[in-house]
Amino acid sequence: MKHLYTWAGILLVVCFSVMGDTLMSRAMKRVGDLHALRRRFGLGTVICRIFSSSTFFVAVGAMAIAFFSLMFSLSWGDVSLVAPAAASLTFIGNAVAAKIFLHEKVDRRRWMAALLVAGGVALLIG
Amino acid sequence: MTFRKYLVLAGVTVFAAAGDSMLSHGMKQTGNISLHHLSSLLTAVLNPWVAVGILLLLAFFASYMNALSWADLTYVLPATSLGYVLLALVARFALHEQVSALRWMGIVLISGGVGFVAGGPSVTHHHDNVALTGQDESSKSQLLSSGKSGSPADSQQHVRAAGRGDS
Repeated sequence: MKHLYTWAGILLVVCFSVMGDTLMSRAMKRVGDLHALRRRFGLGTVICRIFSSSTFFVAVGAMAIAFFSLMFSLSWGDVSLVAPAAASLTFIGNAVAAKIFLHEKVDRRRWMAALLVAGGVALLIG
Repeated sequence: MTFRKYLVLAGVTVFAAAGDSMLSHGMKQTGNISLHHLSSLLTAVLNPWVAVGILLLLAFFASYMNALSWADLTYVLPATSLGYVLLALVARFALHEQVSALRWMGIVLISGGVGFVAGGPSVTHHHDNVALTGQDESSKSQLLSSGKSGSPADSQQHVRAAGRGDS
């Protein structure tokens, strides 16, 4: 039963991390290049544009839920399983979500990068 | 990719690694935090290591948002994963911790992944975001000076005018 809770926790962390990262990417693309905007209109306008995006707040909320899910998962399972599994699955999940929802061009090079980094992170923090 | 953009990616990497390290060091000094004694949370935040760690993580978040405003998520995440490598190297050479062969293997895999993604383009051009994320500075400033903020119609015009070049 504890095993099931641990994997359910990991799944929650991955889902909300991917949701947070994907929505944050979408929100920032809609706002535009922050450096160009700041140079042209000033920092105040940039902050206003970011804070007027509802997607930004949903993304921050998803990231916060992912953080607290990680805390709970760590209390249910071993850190040597939860941390590498959540981190590496998040990399793969982000690549899939970016292709489906953000319509990014995830070519062979990017898939290889995501898989190598996911494997490397699993080995490093496992 | 300009030098400034590489600097932003380096910021994401370094601020995350340094922030996590300082937060971890500070939390070890303050001890466990219980939900029944939330005042201990305030004590933890007042710890200088924790305070600097939080500031560094805020800087990480700002750099991350900046990077996502001009680069793809599938570019930013692998490119900034060198932070894991940085932490392992700090643990080995500054803290004199043992780094096992498996962890060195992990470092090699991550470095390989970063090398793969770094050689490719940083952004996928879409009709609705190319205006402000594209590489063509002159066309971008032209669009900005027109007072419009990148509506799809403007962007399509911009695409036709500037082409689909990538650095």
